[in-house]
Amino acid sequence: MIVDLKYFIENERAIWEELDKTLTKFENEPRSRLTLENAQRLHYLYERTGAGLIKITTFAAEPNLVHSLETLLARAYAEVREGRSRKEKFSISVWLYQTFPQTFRKHLRFFIASLALTILGSLFGGAAVGFDPDAKAAIAPFPHLLEDPAARVKEEESNVNPALARSKGRFSAALMTNNTRVSILALALGTTWGIGTVILLFYNGVILGAIICDYVRAGQSVFLMGWLLPHGVIEIPAILIAGQAGLLLGQALIGWNSSENVTQRLRSITGSLVTLITGTSVLLVWAGLVEAFFSQYHEPVLPYSFKITFGLMELAALAFYLTAAGSRGGNVSGDKSSRL
Amino acid sequence: MRRNTFTIRTAEGISFTQQLAGPVTRFLAFSVDLAAVGVISQLLGELVMFTSIISPDAALAIRTISYFVVTIGYSIFFEWIWRGQTLGKRVLKIRVIDAEGYRLRPAQIVIRNLLRIVDTLPALYAVGGIACLFSKRSQRIGDLAANTIVVYVASEPIPNLELLFSGNYNSLRSHVHLAAELRKTITSEEARLALEAITRRAELDPNCRLELYRQLAEHLRLIVAFPEESLEGLTDEQYIRNIVDLIYRPSEEVRSKK
Repeated sequence: MIVDLKYFIENERAIWEELDKTLTKFENEPRSRLTLENAQRLHYLYERTGAGLIKITTFAAEPNLVHSLETLLARAYAEVREGRSRKEKFSISVWLYQTFPQTFRKHLRFFIASLALTILGSLFGGAAVGFDPDAKAAIAPFPHLLEDPAARVKEEESNVNPALARSKGRFSAALMTNNTRVSILALALGTTWGIGTVILLFYNGVILGAIICDYVRAGQSVFLMGWLLPHGVIEIPAILIAGQAGLLLGQALIGWNSSENVTQRLRSITGSLVTLITGTSVLLVWAGLVEAFFSQYHEPVLPYSFKITFGLMELAALAFYLTAAGSRGGNVSGDKSSRL
Repeated sequence: MRRNTFTIRTAEGISFTQQLAGPVTRFLAFSVDLAAVGVISQLLGELVMFTSIISPDAALAIRTISYFVVTIGYSIFFEWIWRGQTLGKRVLKIRVIDAEGYRLRPAQIVIRNLLRIVDTLPALYAVGGIACLFSKRSQRIGDLAANTIVVYVASEPIPNLELLFSGNYNSLRSHVHLAAELRKTITSEEARLALEAITRRAELDPNCRLELYRQLAEHLRLIVAFPEESLEGLTDEQYIRNIVDLIYRPSEEVRSKK
């Protein structure tokens, strides 16, 4: 049987045009909701157009017509066959008090791995500088870290009005953006089956360990804590959470202990990755503000005891937030699978 | 092996195909987006610098942050509100879609754009370009992780076939029984070939077209032999047109019987 093409097009054109119009409306208003009648009508239009495409490809061939129907059906398919539910309206408070901490806890073992890698790197960096002080030159990423710690402390403490005083805002913005960029890199390197993230976390640990060892050896532990703790207790966990996301991505690509294919595994963690990296960015904004407006002031302007206490309080608050917030609420972490 | 098309087979047994956007088209779209980011950042920077009257430090801080937000957020924002398209993608008529054909989710948009940082390594989109060349569905690293693909937006209008069936006098139509025989005997492949030969007329080189039409008309004449007087003065092309007309536009009597 060969289709009477002209008659067929004349008969079906209205259906195709109605489907096109409905889809265009949907595309222009993504948040619009369909009534039951509209949904049934859309489904009917989709199936009728599908049947038309089968007919036209089986019994006739008009390439342009086939192509236009395929395009129309592809658009309709996305709307009709979408199995994933539309999420409820986004709420900052729900995200902050439930989604982020729950997601963090759900993938806690990747955070622990991230922490372990950083500690391992720190031990390596500390040992390297401890046994060979000249190694500092190879490890330190910034020139000011090459200075003698005692000399730097003396300089900082004698400078009551630090050089950064007039550019705190700029400094803070630079810290936020740079750290966020590093965090995104830690996540993105998860695409190397996690190897890139492992290297990044280890290297960050090496730098941290080298600095700590250098200042401790010079007898400047109190200055170091007063300098690093206020912003470091937020900044370092933030980078670790980005690493957690990177390792989660790496594990999804590798697929240990999972019967799902790589597409399913990746699909199941996409929401978590976005939540973790967004949480990291929020923490880094706070860390950037503290580093620029608080950490750079030393004794006699701000007593070290006050800075250390402030840092420890921040750490306790962060630990409480990540481990306890949202534990009584429902699970809103958003991913389908918890196996990963 | 890289493919140029992406086919979805639905539970209802329908298959439809979309054309995948290749690395070159995507790079051109990216270049347009890069220019757009540059312009937006520049404008925003100029705007923010007005606040330097109040605090130069705050103005520079806002400028640093806004530049960062624009570079990271530009693609996320536009792909979100334009359902998989940025300015560059609109210009090049391409769109990001879910690799399974589903609706694109915000989380997928965020991931594919954040992972761009890896695709751009070490320079000039090298990793992304290589991944795109070797991926079966032209996916860069960000697309693979977010399970997205980039296709051509083929918002094809329903073609007008009126020109094909122009209503000119068809000398073969008077032989009702032979027309019926033709419709019964001709295979769908032969009918499809004849139809495509006519609809794609303009795409063919004139000499090749004459030869193709000659061979096709010769073949069609073997299926059903119409009387010589009906074929008198008919070129090969006109003969094929009349055959297509008979196949795809049966007479009113045949239609009413259906």
